[in-house]
Amino acid sequence: MSHTDVARVDTPPGAHPVRKGTGRRPGRSRPPAGTHRRVPWLVRLTRDRTLLLMAVPGMALLLLFQYLPLLGNVIAFQAYVPFLPLGQSPWVGLDNFAVIFNGDPAFLNALRNTLVLTLVQVVLVFPAPIALALLLNSLLSERIKRVVQSVLYLPHFLSWVIVVAVFQQVLGGSGMINNLLRSNGLETMSIIGNSDLFVGLLTSQVIWKDTGWATILFLAALSQIDPSLYEAAKMDGASRWRQMWHVTLPGIRGIVVLLLILRLGDSLTVGFEQIILQQGGVGLAASEVLDTYVYNNGIVGGQWGVSAAVGLVKGAVGVVLVLGANKIAHLLGENGVYKS
Amino acid sequence: MSATPARSPQRRHPVDAPGLTARAVKGVVLVVMCAAVVLPFVGIVSTSVASRAQVSASGGFVLLPTSVSLDSYRTIFAGGVVSQAMLVSLGVTIVGTAVSLAVSTLLAYALSRQGSFGQKPMLMLVLFSLLFSPGLIPNYLVVKELGLLNSYWALILPTALSAFNVIVLRAFFMGIPTELTDSARIDGAGHLTIFARIVLPLSKAVLAVIGLFYAVGYWNAFFNALIYLNDSAMWPLQLVLRTYVINNTEMSATDLGTGAENLPPQPSIQMAILVVTIVPILIVYPFLQRHFAKGVLTGAVKG
Repeated sequence: MSHTDVARVDTPPGAHPVRKGTGRRPGRSRPPAGTHRRVPWLVRLTRDRTLLLMAVPGMALLLLFQYLPLLGNVIAFQAYVPFLPLGQSPWVGLDNFAVIFNGDPAFLNALRNTLVLTLVQVVLVFPAPIALALLLNSLLSERIKRVVQSVLYLPHFLSWVIVVAVFQQVLGGSGMINNLLRSNGLETMSIIGNSDLFVGLLTSQVIWKDTGWATILFLAALSQIDPSLYEAAKMDGASRWRQMWHVTLPGIRGIVVLLLILRLGDSLTVGFEQIILQQGGVGLAASEVLDTYVYNNGIVGGQWGVSAAVGLVKGAVGVVLVLGANKIAHLLGENGVYKS
Repeated sequence: MSATPARSPQRRHPVDAPGLTARAVKGVVLVVMCAAVVLPFVGIVSTSVASRAQVSASGGFVLLPTSVSLDSYRTIFAGGVVSQAMLVSLGVTIVGTAVSLAVSTLLAYALSRQGSFGQKPMLMLVLFSLLFSPGLIPNYLVVKELGLLNSYWALILPTALSAFNVIVLRAFFMGIPTELTDSARIDGAGHLTIFARIVLPLSKAVLAVIGLFYAVGYWNAFFNALIYLNDSAMWPLQLVLRTYVINNTEMSATDLGTGAENLPPQPSIQMAILVVTIVPILIVYPFLQRHFAKGVLTGAVKG
């Protein structure tokens, strides 16, 4: 943001072709941008004290609840005692990581469930909004498109508690589907609380809740595609399918890769609230994932050190996954999250 | 599938009109999807107003009520657990949104004045915080060490600042013409005056959207209340919903704060709780919707 010259305020625009870099000026106004290095830091500190005070509450919250907990991860290396201040618990080195390295069965089960869910969701959930965006994009009527969007965006704004309750009302033992089956004299289905179908249930909930919302980014990317490309493809005799294949899909490739990278970075994070709410019905063997393992052992079970260790490894692996996926994207000639 | 030639010359769409089969398939797909969203809500509202006879006859879920009674709503508003939880949720949402908006706009304004003291490192801290989450256990311990356990501030402060929203606000503030702020400064206005008298009035729309996003977040928050509140009397609506609807805990007349004679059927009470949790979202949804694409996409681009 360039700071305009005071002299320019009451002169017609264009009278001063050169407006920047005029050096120090009298008066209380700030020097132009780019020259602030010449101003001693103490002067800048007093000059900007109002701005700094404005930033204090926000920065305090950020440091307290984002950066301080980051330091709090040291308890992964301690036998944490809840009643001592943070720094005074005994250090135990890597003992807490033993569950990971020695393959504790409960931990391995949580890891396996997490990976299975991630795999299913990348294959089934990730493409859904892309397909829906292509479908919406191909509608000729703006009105229909808007109505459909309004309806399909809504579930994103409902809490997981509401979504789970809604699914129970539809699929539960006395729910909508089973009532229909019963009234027609058919066999009822047990879907809620069936551990074999749990992965399918979770996946359909995610699709129901967030597919509509996720189309926003793809629709934005689709609207950026140059219409003349379609015209050219048509001149060359491309059918609608060929146009989609050669124009539409390459046009959204960048955003698809970007979102896929971000999704892979979250490989070890699957619907925490969603699963906590539904663990009761299906048992831990089918439903325990890494996040719920950390919660159940740490906050519920009091094994602070071990849970923090698992959480720490999970976070570190997540960062490595993002960077790795980004590297691969660069090798494939895409931009990824940041440019190489 | 062969493409039919375009009918009207002034159609803006670059692709030919699809064939009849394609249209039919699309129509069916879209109708099914919208029904999957709308129908459950119809059933939920219906069950909450259905008569006792119809609820017991249908096994607990009514798609279309034969008669409408508002007894279940009267019952949950009678001053028991649910009424209490509603007040808590409303209070946390209002106070939380106010705190969030104040803190976020102040920080975003400070970060939007480039070249000021410490602006770059602070911006870096905000951006970097988007890349990681510190972890559940350390978060819990920080809240505990701050003495916030079992207080409503535990539902507000840890989530009060969304770095993403700060970035969006900052991008918007930086788009305000410099001439306006400069002329104010020449007239002797300080940063607080410029912020309050020029920047905020010009950002009404974006403030409304960010505020609504914050509000929806507070209203929907469930997990913080679960881990930070031990006292069930302090529960917000989402936890009441979990206990009495998802876990199907029986609601006694004492819980509901009414007399025990002729309580409405349990399914109706449960669905009434679900409805009052959803309705506030439905009220703000149209306002949010107007600004979706804009709000989501700015700030993601400008650094």
